[in-house]
Amino acid sequence: MSEDIIASLKENVIQGRKTQDDEGIDEELSGTPGVVELTQSALDDNIPPETIITRGLTAGMQVVGEKFTTREYFIPDMLASAEAVGAAMDILKPILEASNIETKGKFAIATVKGDIHDIGKNIVSILLKGAGYEVNDLGTDVPTEKIVEVVREYKPDFLGLSALLTTTMVVMGEIIEALKENGLRDKVKVLIGGAAVSDEYAQEIGVDAYCVDGFHAIKVLDAFQEAKA
Amino acid sequence: MPREGILVHNPYERITNEQVLQIHQASMQILHDTGLISFNREAAEIFHSNGAEVTIVSSGDSPCWLVKIPEKLVLHALDSAPKTVKLGARNPENTLIMKGEEPRVFFVSGSETNIWLDVDFPTYVKKSGRGTEIQVPEFHPRRGTVADLCDSAHVCEHLKTLDGYIRTVNIQDKDITEDNKDVNKFFASLNNTTKHFMSGLTSLKQLDNVVNMAKLIVGGEEELKENPIISFITCLIKSPLQFVEDTTQTFIEVCRRGLPIVVSSSPQAGTTAPIKEAGIMVQINAEVLAGITLSQLVNKGTPVIYGSVPVRARMDTLGDSYGSVETSQYNIDCVQMARFYKIPNYSTSGVCDSKTPGQQASVERLFSDIVVTLSGPQYLHCAYGLLDCNSSFSLLQAVLDDAHFQMIKFFLRPPWISEKEIADTLKQIREVVATPQKLYIRYIRPVMRSGEISAPYLFEGDGESDNVFALAYERMNELLAKPVEHIDPATTSKIFQEIPGILPRLNVYEERRGQ
Ligand code: B12
Repeated sequence: MSEDIIASLKENVIQGRKTQDDEGIDEELSGTPGVVELTQSALDDNIPPETIITRGLTAGMQVVGEKFTTREYFIPDMLASAEAVGAAMDILKPILEASNIETKGKFAIATVKGDIHDIGKNIVSILLKGAGYEVNDLGTDVPTEKIVEVVREYKPDFLGLSALLTTTMVVMGEIIEALKENGLRDKVKVLIGGAAVSDEYAQEIGVDAYCVDGFHAIKVLDAFQEAKA
Repeated sequence: MPREGILVHNPYERITNEQVLQIHQASMQILHDTGLISFNREAAEIFHSNGAEVTIVSSGDSPCWLVKIPEKLVLHALDSAPKTVKLGARNPENTLIMKGEEPRVFFVSGSETNIWLDVDFPTYVKKSGRGTEIQVPEFHPRRGTVADLCDSAHVCEHLKTLDGYIRTVNIQDKDITEDNKDVNKFFASLNNTTKHFMSGLTSLKQLDNVVNMAKLIVGGEEELKENPIISFITCLIKSPLQFVEDTTQTFIEVCRRGLPIVVSSSPQAGTTAPIKEAGIMVQINAEVLAGITLSQLVNKGTPVIYGSVPVRARMDTLGDSYGSVETSQYNIDCVQMARFYKIPNYSTSGVCDSKTPGQQASVERLFSDIVVTLSGPQYLHCAYGLLDCNSSFSLLQAVLDDAHFQMIKFFLRPPWISEKEIADTLKQIREVVATPQKLYIRYIRPVMRSGEISAPYLFEGDGESDNVFALAYERMNELLAKPVEHIDPATTSKIFQEIPGILPRLNVYEERRGQ
């Protein structure tokens, strides 16, 4: 029984079906339980959260990633799956916390002051949440002081900054300075992205990584984890 | 005499009159029952004091209001918005007169890309070809500078089909800051082209400086009203249905000054708008109408332009796919909506997904250039040199595009069929069939001389090889070598005295003296 639940969980992640109301790709699945319902049933069946995550959610995402690489899947497919996994993580979070199992880490993300572009930032948020990070999305046009405050109070492991305008990318440099002034720079790894910025700019202002897109961010974060381990 | 552009007889219509009405009615519903979120306080207040239902949604760090716009307000605005908009120019012969009902197309550049693509032609030697050499273009991206902006304005001045200039490249020199960017982009452009100049504004603080610069050039406030040599683009709407705080403020201030302004909305089907045609159309139309309504509430009679930059999302990146076929469909639908309201339309074509000039770029841009032009928008922007979904600008590509538009304009000449033509033709046919050779050749000559026969493709090479890029590059350099009609020395020195922040190196007269 529990094997069946895990298998359908994985399949529904691949199908990108968050709940039973979602369409997915195969029509015959409509009306059957989606990732949210299956995660709940798995818990009811006393399947350990680690099993749900590794053999259901992550295994499903693995396949989605492969399908994306072979161009069978596109970004909308990827996001649907990531969103489903994110929703499952929300259900598992209190249980993981209670049993002291850590998530991959806390990720705060914001579009900097003066900039209202957010499509890219939102995609990155969904993907990271789907990859198992606890994401705190601060929104757009976020004042530098607010970002500093979040780093101090919420203590994220990672801070993601997005800027699409050449006039707002300079704010990223200001944020780094402000973090330094507040003695917080070494408390958090900073990742930046968006059309205006580049590798050179990342080096110039001294952040930890520039990411072309959300997938790149996941790779960079994985590399940080490995380096830590 | 203003510029002629090209008048499209029998413009192509994609949607029926009934579908136009369906979109219109659905947009009206959206405006009054769903409403827009305004992050701009003043816009919310203006709507409120004119009878819109305004409620506060959030009062925290970034306060916002829900604005529901009654149909009556929109219809009043559509009534008072001018149906003819004049865009002036330093050389009055470059004036553009846009009538909302007349499908006369003006072709215009765009649109502040971060990347400027340089090109050079390294020589390659064929391994198996006994040293046969060919030159192959290589494109090198780099960040745009103010010198590039001058060059592009200069070349655009000499591109035959280009009717108006929108700044092409984002100036990112080390000495350009948020505070001096606008005065420099306006001066660099105005000083290198005598065509109309349109641009977005980086900082509202600079608005009066650029307006004063324009006044100095034309000779005063009244003269600028009469001959608005500059106009503005504002993306005041963030899709779906939100008034952005800063760009809406810029919009309000430009309206107050009575200068021509584009309400530009750029929803992306799939992410910030529904993926299907009906959905993105209903939404973009509602967004533009909301902007037009605001313009008329701020200052009745503001010359406002229906700005539509709808685009479909790319499935692999969710970035814009300007090269997609649907993007042209949406643009044509918008042309029809604007014509229905009799308001001049700012439309988009030519931008491709391809990252460099080449076959993909040519196919994508020629396709959208033709189909969108056929629908008869008044102001077709982004039409020169833009690549990689609007991320980079290539001057070489702009020169290539001019050749496309020469063909399109030729194609759109009215047909030569009239009673007199038919009568002449019958005579000709009867004469020729009676001769032993039965050839019409002698009748070609007068037609050839009168320019009624289209020229071969401008960059056709000799022999069998395709030399398009090399020939276009030659042409580009020829255009760059042509003299520039700069602003006169007296006005230039006044501008440098009165307008703060312009880089000294842009003063061509001082530079020459220095040499
Ligand atoms: C859509 C868009 C808009 C929409 C925004 C809608 C929204 N909800 O975000 C609207 C119409 C509102 C808009 C407004 C404006 N825009 Co705009 N806009 C764009 C456009 C066309 C696409 C951006 C986009 O969404 N791309 C798709 C997403 C998926 O890609 P992305 O954002 O790059 O994100 C990916 C990566 O970069 C990366 N990433 C991004 N952020 C982060 C962060 C982290 C931590 C990580 C790890 C990764 C990462 O991962 C993402 C996912 O793959 C760009 C052009 C371009 N080439 O980028 C112009 C562009 C950025 N805009 C531009 C301009 C000028 C403006 C305006 C100032 C226009 C005006 N005059 O009013 C205003 C800005 C107002 C303001 N204060 O911010 C210019 C900027 C030029 C410059 N000066 O630098 C551009 C380049 C267009 C152009 N060529 O003219 N814009």
